[in-house]
Amino acid sequence: MSATFLGTPAFPTAARTALADTQLRRNLAHATGTIRAKRAAVVGEVDEWERLRLAGAALKDRTLRHLDTYLAQLEESLTRAGATVHWARDAAEANRIVVDVARRHGTDEVVKVKSMATQEIGLNEALEAAGIHAWETDLAELIVQLGDDLPSHILVPAIHRNRSEVREIFLREMGRYGKAAPRDLTDTPAELAAAARAHLREKFLRAKVAVSGANFAVAETGTLAVVESEGNGRMCLTLPEVLVSVVGIEKLVPTWADLDVFLQLLPRSSTGERMNPYTSMWTGVTPGDGPQEVHVVLLDNGRTDVLADEVGRQALRCIRCSACLNVCPVYERTGGHSYGSVYPGPIGAILTPMLRGVGHDTQLDSLPYASSLCGACFEVCPVRIDIPEVLVHLRTKVVDAHRGEPKVQNLAMKAASWAFADARRTAAAERISGAVGKVLRGTKRRAPGGRGVLGALPGPAAAWSDARDVPVPAQESFRAWWARTDGGRTEQQNGNGGAK
Amino acid sequence: MSAREEILGRVRTALRDVPAVETPADVAVDRPGPRPTTRDDAADVVELFAERVADYKATVVRCTPEDLPTHLASALDGVPRLLVPADLPEDLRPADAILDEQLTTAELDTVDGVLTTAALGIADTGTIVLDHGPGQGRRAATLVPDRHVCVVRADQVVADVASAVARLDPARPLTWISGPSATSDIELDRVEGVHGPRTLIVLLVG
Ligand code: SF4
Repeated sequence: MSATFLGTPAFPTAARTALADTQLRRNLAHATGTIRAKRAAVVGEVDEWERLRLAGAALKDRTLRHLDTYLAQLEESLTRAGATVHWARDAAEANRIVVDVARRHGTDEVVKVKSMATQEIGLNEALEAAGIHAWETDLAELIVQLGDDLPSHILVPAIHRNRSEVREIFLREMGRYGKAAPRDLTDTPAELAAAARAHLREKFLRAKVAVSGANFAVAETGTLAVVESEGNGRMCLTLPEVLVSVVGIEKLVPTWADLDVFLQLLPRSSTGERMNPYTSMWTGVTPGDGPQEVHVVLLDNGRTDVLADEVGRQALRCIRCSACLNVCPVYERTGGHSYGSVYPGPIGAILTPMLRGVGHDTQLDSLPYASSLCGACFEVCPVRIDIPEVLVHLRTKVVDAHRGEPKVQNLAMKAASWAFADARRTAAAERISGAVGKVLRGTKRRAPGGRGVLGALPGPAAAWSDARDVPVPAQESFRAWWARTDGGRTEQQNGNGGAK
Repeated sequence: MSAREEILGRVRTALRDVPAVETPADVAVDRPGPRPTTRDDAADVVELFAERVADYKATVVRCTPEDLPTHLASALDGVPRLLVPADLPEDLRPADAILDEQLTTAELDTVDGVLTTAALGIADTGTIVLDHGPGQGRRAATLVPDRHVCVVRADQVVADVASAVARLDPARPLTWISGPSATSDIELDRVEGVHGPRTLIVLLVG
């Protein structure tokens, strides 16, 4: 139960493998299409959506530009409310803190709420290594964990599995780790969910220690919030005696009164609901209600490196809604695994290389090229992260880091050619988010290289032409390319992709 | 150097480009504020709340204070062992209800339903919010039983999320509930009822 992303091949190779998996492609297309439609409907209901997005972005900018102040304030509020605050420079330090808490309580198991931060630091593996089982309690995470698999989508990590696969996994694996699935289990989602309820309930009722992340941490009050659907979050946050929450230092919001902006932006962008079924908020310890020992681990693990990058800093505004994944033509075709990281899709393509640093790993360096720069991600992002801008910025950094090594330009070209192999997807993505796009077109865009990344599709070679001192083949205009290749169709067939 | 000092130091180094004189307030934020409910639209707000709660496949029953006992009885039909917070108002409490006097988790798992009040309701999103004050029980009490019957007064319904946050006290634990628990994790097929109460009945009074 400890699959990892280590050793994932560089994006073009991994993507090609994923493309061959038709089941995955079908599941992804269905899933992303469904969520896109739901999101569009509930976002359309909110009159002041653009103003809310701007407010969300501005509040996060305020937090990030004064993060030292807010972190100190959060620590003070948490401590005042009876919580114990820990600081972790990196994954190993965070894992050690959690393992120590579990050990101190003499437990050999913890229940977990789905959390990107704990996935990022490999907490489950660290706990297993210390002889402590980490039970994932989110249905999708349970499917992934029982299937000894890797999550492929921030929000629906088992999006690559269909119902009959889920049934098989439950029948085969549940009994090995606790209450077995009923023998006559069918593959209807309701029955599968009921099997998960029964399997996990004994763990919830028994567990002494729970581990969670947090969607938001309010500096002013020390309030943490977890947004969820199934109730497994409430179980973990309420029943065990001890709660440890691993919180990235970018999760802060300044004041309690700021929180509603994010509670409006997140569910509509994420699951396409007006509100998710359950949101839990807690401020330290409440006597007689819920965990009586509360720990909060403030995690850096590369975030301060992202903060130091003035262009890339905006990626720390991310509230992990996954809207950018669902509109991404590249993600829809390849699935989350190709990104080789817990953060897939457009946000992963910028966040992962910045968290880990560019210039020393081919896989990481290929990520900023895993995009056609169509701009759909920026249009849907509830906190207005200009992902195309950061992608282009990172490509420059990758090229700078490898100056004089022909291999990397090669890699970039391959990635770009792959990304453009089916330009129809790009156009489709543009249509999907067209309404917003029309509004944005003509507004200020800081697209490096002077290209309009929102209004027009980039030329086929645009992906790597940013490396100014690399000899670049003469670039066809987009229109000429479109006409010549029948909108990319003929080019796809001869396998030449967009880069000539 | 402690991890705390080192991380705060890294943050300060990373923010070298932020002018020393800049304060958080200098980063302008223009945000939509709460939408106050006027006397004129109060009825619409309550109506919207009822509609949107029902959208989530929760059961919403609108009633007057006079009919409440009748509707309460039918909402509690098929709940042989009902749990109520020890401080639930007397007039709401059925005679044979079990009082939650710090039952163990295992004991909670043997009851069939729970009856509580709420702190407020949010019309825009069809949400009920518990602040686990009087009549609302501690968090576990509204989580472990399979049916949650919640009495909300019409005058507790606010228009939007911002109004709700403005009214709530973050020092209390808060549970926001928008329909029964649900998952869409298998092929995005929505299933109501995973770990929390699989049935949510909201009695909207007034
Ligand atoms: S980058 Fe924006 S759209 Fe993508 S997950 Fe983060 S907040 Fe959502």
